[in-house]
Amino acid sequence: MSRKWLAGPYLIWMALFILIPMILVMYYALTRTVGGQTVFTLRGFQMAFEPMYLHVLWRSVRVAAISTAICLLLGYPVAYILASREFSQKSTLFFLFAVPMWMNYLLRTYAWLSILENNGVLNNILNAVKLPSLNILYTDQAVILGMVYNFLPFMILPIRTSLMKIDYSLIESAQDLGANPPTVFRRVVFPLSIPGVISGITMVFMPAATTFIIPSLLGGGQYVLIGNLIERQFLSAYDWNFGAALSLILMVVILLSMAIINKVDKGSEGGTLM
Amino acid sequence: MKAIKRIYLSIILIFLYAPIATLIAFSFNESRSRGVWGGFSLKWYESLFQNREILRALNNTMLIAAISALAATAIGTAAALGVNSMKKKPRKIFLAISNIPVLNPEIVTGVSLMLFFLFTARLMGRGGLGFVTLLLAHITFNIPYVMLSVLPKIRALDSSVYEAARDLGATSFTAFWKVVFPQLLPGVVTGFIFAFTLSLDDFVISFFTRGAGVSTLSIYIYTSAARRGVNPEINALSTLMFVVLLLLLFVINWRDARELKKNIRNRRKDV
Repeated sequence: MSRKWLAGPYLIWMALFILIPMILVMYYALTRTVGGQTVFTLRGFQMAFEPMYLHVLWRSVRVAAISTAICLLLGYPVAYILASREFSQKSTLFFLFAVPMWMNYLLRTYAWLSILENNGVLNNILNAVKLPSLNILYTDQAVILGMVYNFLPFMILPIRTSLMKIDYSLIESAQDLGANPPTVFRRVVFPLSIPGVISGITMVFMPAATTFIIPSLLGGGQYVLIGNLIERQFLSAYDWNFGAALSLILMVVILLSMAIINKVDKGSEGGTLM
Repeated sequence: MKAIKRIYLSIILIFLYAPIATLIAFSFNESRSRGVWGGFSLKWYESLFQNREILRALNNTMLIAAISALAATAIGTAAALGVNSMKKKPRKIFLAISNIPVLNPEIVTGVSLMLFFLFTARLMGRGGLGFVTLLLAHITFNIPYVMLSVLPKIRALDSSVYEAARDLGATSFTAFWKVVFPQLLPGVVTGFIFAFTLSLDDFVISFFTRGAGVSTLSIYIYTSAARRGVNPEINALSTLMFVVLLLLLFVINWRDARELKKNIRNRRKDV
């Protein structure tokens, strides 16, 4: 029996709300309206490569890369411990690590405001034990902290999944063949966990590079990453053409890197969310 | 060694929960200033429920989550059934387009929908951004997630069961409704809950597709935090949202656990 027609409504929906909007982004990215006349131009793309904007782009990549690296360093051991035999059966413990991921990320970011403020919780604690205050709100550090906090579970869970899939007899045979624990980890466990590491990196880097909430709440009004730059073009600067060009660049970069990662990662499934 | 592992896990858990705990603690704080504990009080909860703006945002959030999840479940389930009987190539293209909102950075999806809505409003000479555009945007990003939860159930179907129903005289509609659909139901319900939570959670896409007067809880929190910094009413609101989230997660997990037990039982019966 054929039920192909059931896909009809969504086919129309996709055309209207996915394809045409994408075409409009391209249209705005490649045109400019001067004095009521719409002309073809590459101005938006040229502007994106001006030093001022290249700097924003570079900063977005740098901050996202640092956050991803910290997430990997903090998250891998957590995933490793959670997947180890003593802990892998404890589903409540695992649940505890997954809950924050499901919490509204606006709230997770907002929560840091009351901790990092000049007279906030952190400084009250520091002052109580006679340590100097730490004023990191509205700096790079606060933004990176916010990103690590928000995206850490996205690193832990896929790595844990790929570690749990490892056949324990492989580890035992490595031990039988005389490998010491560091060698077992380096030659057997870590290589087999790479699919999880790759999907963890994607799931942290992509949102970190494109978010505009974390920089605007924890970085302050002057802190601009590519997400903020796009937001401003549409909601305050009203340069839709430049905003569309930036969106298009962002989209192409993200989709291309996803495609490359999928190619590299082919054959091995990464981790799933929950 | 086990002690070190425990300590490390505890430190990370403290890091993950400290901000949430701070938020909850300060929602019960008598004093307005954040650094100081002024005694236990429910006054922020009281003023929360008297704040017209918040109540309207809450109302919008729930309405949009419910309607968009329902619509996405209907369209997405139908589409999942349809796409499954397509040939390989059209199916691949269909799923690739459907995945665009999942893979694209949220901000790009938001911007593209905003351009589309303003463009159509100009074509029709009326309308603009508002509740309806917000709803349409939410349905759009929910559908692929419904399909993702329904498709595996469809692939797991045994077509001989449907054929047996037909052989026994059921019309194709009855056979579908009485035999096939109940097997898909767990996936459909998961898809609905998934869509509902995604819609509750969304900020970025809503931010671009809402009209000036329309606000959801996420948008209210963002605009008031960006304008005035920390606000105890938001702490109270966050606490309530966190509790609702926990309840939802428990329901989902409890359902999964129940299904798992059922599967194990069935497998035992087979042996």
